[in-house]
Amino acid sequence: MKEKSTMSQKMGTTFLSFLCIFWVMPVFVVLWNSFKNKNSINLMPFELPNAETFVGAENYLAAIDKYGLLQSVGWTVFITVGSVAAILLFCSMCGWFITRVKTWWTKLIYVLCLFSMVVPFQMVMYTLSLVANMLHLTNPWGIIIVYLGFGAGLAIFMFTGFVRSIPIEIEEAAMIDGCTPLQTFFKIVVPIMKPTYISVGILQTMWIWNDFLLPYLVLDLNKYKTISIVIQYMKGSYGSVDMGAIMAALILALIPVVIFYLSCQKYIIKGVAAGAVKG
Amino acid sequence: MHETGWVAGYTWPVSYYYGNTLLGVNMQKNIKKYWPVFTLPVMAAFAIGFVIPFAMGIYLSFTKFTTVKDAQWVGLSNYAKLLADQTYLHSFFLTVAFAAVTIILINVIAFAIAMALTKELKGTNIFRTVFFMPNLIGGIVLGYIWQLIFSGILVHFNTALNLDARLGFWGLVILVCWQQIGYMMIIYISGLQAIPTDVMEAAEIDGASSWQKLFKVTIPMMMPSITICTFLTLTNGFKLFDQNLALTGGAPMKQTELMALNIYYTFYGRVGFEGVGQAKAVIFFIIVMAMAFLQQYFTKQKEVQQ
Repeated sequence: MKEKSTMSQKMGTTFLSFLCIFWVMPVFVVLWNSFKNKNSINLMPFELPNAETFVGAENYLAAIDKYGLLQSVGWTVFITVGSVAAILLFCSMCGWFITRVKTWWTKLIYVLCLFSMVVPFQMVMYTLSLVANMLHLTNPWGIIIVYLGFGAGLAIFMFTGFVRSIPIEIEEAAMIDGCTPLQTFFKIVVPIMKPTYISVGILQTMWIWNDFLLPYLVLDLNKYKTISIVIQYMKGSYGSVDMGAIMAALILALIPVVIFYLSCQKYIIKGVAAGAVKG
Repeated sequence: MHETGWVAGYTWPVSYYYGNTLLGVNMQKNIKKYWPVFTLPVMAAFAIGFVIPFAMGIYLSFTKFTTVKDAQWVGLSNYAKLLADQTYLHSFFLTVAFAAVTIILINVIAFAIAMALTKELKGTNIFRTVFFMPNLIGGIVLGYIWQLIFSGILVHFNTALNLDARLGFWGLVILVCWQQIGYMMIIYISGLQAIPTDVMEAAEIDGASSWQKLFKVTIPMMMPSITICTFLTLTNGFKLFDQNLALTGGAPMKQTELMALNIYYTFYGRVGFEGVGQAKAVIFFIIVMAMAFLQQYFTKQKEVQQ
């Protein structure tokens, strides 16, 4: 009996190992193609670079020089960090407030937040870009406000869910001892909510970093582009498509994601499981 | 920092005398005065980013417009036009087919991998890390990665993704499976780990075969996770946009256009059809919302049964 189970375990491990290799293959194919000359990419992507096709960092330089990829990486980092920080700060404050204060309008905010999670982006994309234009939010600072508004639903939903589980007595004690609500929130509630900050932060980071359509429609594309927009531009521009530069751009877009994933994998998987309720 | 430690070790004799209810009311009043600080930033951004665009969107779906200022009320004519729009109907049926195929493939494979990974295999953590990884990659990047792979394969058969609608459809299915299996796997793993071991032991003592254990014990116990994952794949399938745009862009001849992409092209590809595009978006929103309500209903029903 025991023999059999170790046998099947070995087979399972072998099978999963093969599946794993298959799973990471696409990324590696892109990686080695990013070092090949552009004409050999489309015809034989599965061949490793050889003496003839190897071009060193040429594709990377082309992506950076011709398409301003580094600037767009910078703007993507700026927009992601700024929006996530704004969402965490303001949504946690609002989430705590509407849980502790029960009136008609706090309940209305909560219901609207739940509702906004269900609405697909296509429903508001046209009008949102109009509103953003009218209010001059078409730059990386303005888009942070748009992200705060559009990301508020999920964030407030998750924060209120957590605040409900915090015993109110701790906050009461702080207020009796003379803390103002602001002091109570920042000195007492914020430290307790740390796990929720991490979960919400990770979900929103993954969303905003990878988002394409919202920045594409809102940003003034002559001045600011995110990574996804640049890649779409490289491919969509008519005439000669520089496959080499695209491969390099894909790899440059993947590197931050891989680093982020490997460094906080534990939190990411936990955060994803927590966000699964979003639906 | 020292305040935090102070609170953690603090016992509060005072609240004992005041009683919770009365204090609760005073505290609420006290907090309420601070409403502008706590809620105004989010309320303003939420109005700009969601409430106003949403309300405008509903209104504009009943008008003909190219800019908001020239919007003219046309009643239900946009909705009548979209019913006559063959590309929209095609994209609807294609999306339904796409959602059905991906629901089955993603959930069956993710469930199987989750089952394998909860057995005591070597290297479970590495497997989990690898399978989950594609989830973090953005839709546009995913689309171009797979375009390279598919074109490299299909070039040997003298064809390409954007030449054959069926290839485009299945290409998109493979891409989405690759992306989402890891995500669903995580949810299934946490569900499987929550099954109490004594139930399994009891089934073993009663002499149940592995298939019987799977269908009579594991799957019924896993129904909450299965409900979540089914609806997640369903709504993901309906909302799919970036991957569709990057992989095929609808080619050939709009035949691989899913609903979200069809709406996008109506807005930004056909001048004078903005109102129709908005009406399409409203229908799309109603479909997605109906799915959310259905999920609520199923989840609640399960809770009652348990």
